[in-house]
Amino acid sequence: MNAKFSRADTELTRQEAFVRAHKRHHHQVASFRLLLFAGFLILWEVSADMGWIDSFFFSSPSRVVHCVIQLCKDHSLFLHIGITLFETILSFLLVFLISVAVSTVLWYSTRLSEVLEPYLVILNSLPKSALAPLFIVWLGTGTTTIIVAGISVALFGSIISFYTGFRQVDPEKITLIYTLGGNKKDAFTKVVLPGSVPIMLSTTKVNIGLALVGVIIGEFLAARRGLGYLIIYGSQVFQLDKVITSIILLCIIAFGFYKGIQCIEHHIKIKLKM
Amino acid sequence: MPEFILELKKIGYSYHSMHGEIQALEDISFGVREGEFVAIVGPSGCGKTTLLSIIAGLLIPEKGTIVVNNPDGSLHYPKVGYMLQHDHLFEWRTVYRNVILGLEINHQLTEERLDYVNQLLIDYGLDQFRDKRPSELSGGMKQRAALIRTLALGPQLLLLDEPFSALDYQTRLMVSADICHLIRQTKKTMIIITHDLSEAISLADRVVILSGRPATVKKELPIHLTLQDDSLLAARHAPEFQDYFSRLWEVLTNEGTGGEEIERKVFQG
Repeated sequence: MNAKFSRADTELTRQEAFVRAHKRHHHQVASFRLLLFAGFLILWEVSADMGWIDSFFFSSPSRVVHCVIQLCKDHSLFLHIGITLFETILSFLLVFLISVAVSTVLWYSTRLSEVLEPYLVILNSLPKSALAPLFIVWLGTGTTTIIVAGISVALFGSIISFYTGFRQVDPEKITLIYTLGGNKKDAFTKVVLPGSVPIMLSTTKVNIGLALVGVIIGEFLAARRGLGYLIIYGSQVFQLDKVITSIILLCIIAFGFYKGIQCIEHHIKIKLKM
Repeated sequence: MPEFILELKKIGYSYHSMHGEIQALEDISFGVREGEFVAIVGPSGCGKTTLLSIIAGLLIPEKGTIVVNNPDGSLHYPKVGYMLQHDHLFEWRTVYRNVILGLEINHQLTEERLDYVNQLLIDYGLDQFRDKRPSELSGGMKQRAALIRTLALGPQLLLLDEPFSALDYQTRLMVSADICHLIRQTKKTMIIITHDLSEAISLADRVVILSGRPATVKKELPIHLTLQDDSLLAARHAPEFQDYFSRLWEVLTNEGTGGEEIERKVFQG
């Protein structure tokens, strides 16, 4: 009896020990992350104060905070952030819609996809920043140009990924639809589209970052507002605090986007029980 | 009344590629009677699936004809239900939404059809799993769900393309007997492809043996087993089983014809 109890006891404690070790590991990772961040800030601040680096060129945490407060005071901070967010989200959504539409057409017509394949590959490899000056000439300076720049960076890779995902669906599953009396449209809506959700989600995660890259390129060249504009303006008037503040804000935005997409992905996966 | 409800006459089919022509089927002729279970066996890669696709109407034969004699005298091609090698239940749908997939595609979500599906779910013990995902079902239950999906459209002729080959051996023995028992109850006609000789003998009324590529019908062997009890594996314990197995093996491996028919008194279990 006693022996049995003690065995169960040790098993329970082993399970507990495993859980504890697992939690400790996660706490350690989280605290090291914070420590790294705090250490970087402190080193940066101290180096600037001690004159190891020139805070005119390299700024410092306190200068960044000061800059943020100043931008808040003239109400331009939220305008710049808002504009960049709006343009990025709009580009991202348009990229998603256009990619789904184009890759659907490519899936329907093997001939068209074979014809277009080399063009897609070339357009995908082309550095899109090279196109930005053209967009300005064609579309003028303004939101349209910036959104087109945002779309151009993510679009072609996204189409290729979606189309590849569509093609990779198990052909036997498509045969099943035909044996049940379905046609190509049924194969697409019942198998190809729902079966490609995972690859579409992972492509989407990349796309939001690429859309942000495109929007900043666009704002560099063709904007009066937005974080990209703030960076260019700051560098031209040698207010490098503004540049570095904008970059830090971009870091926060990128992190926010990543978390947002992760959250949406999580919800879709729960809904589809994947 | 004609003997066969479906008769294949000199069916031929070739695959074409830039490397040349591959003749898959050559001069295939055999018939299927109403309510009969026919098993097609043959060496792997001999074109069994091609043959089934032709019968299902997914491929059009290059040579030969298929003659239809419906019992009611009508001329339409019999409604075909096809079961593939894997159950292919979609993980993004519940079990219920999987079994009504065919009805959904054919816009036949009528009360009558759905009642039939619900009755099958109850009869096959899947009713309590209707809102579960396919991954939560056992191998046997998945096959039952795939069978309901096939039966939902009310097919007259069922085609099974090695439907149990993805299962492990033990599950396969039980599931194949179970599924065929359920199909027998529906009194439908069935053609099953298998490379498992014991499966063919235990399930079918007649075995059609194909040769290697290009496939022709080597021999047709009617099966009559004396069943000792009504357990799922009874067919495999029938006294004639081993005999049939040796005969099929001989026909498949040697280029011979398998000698004369088995002279044995017939007991139908």
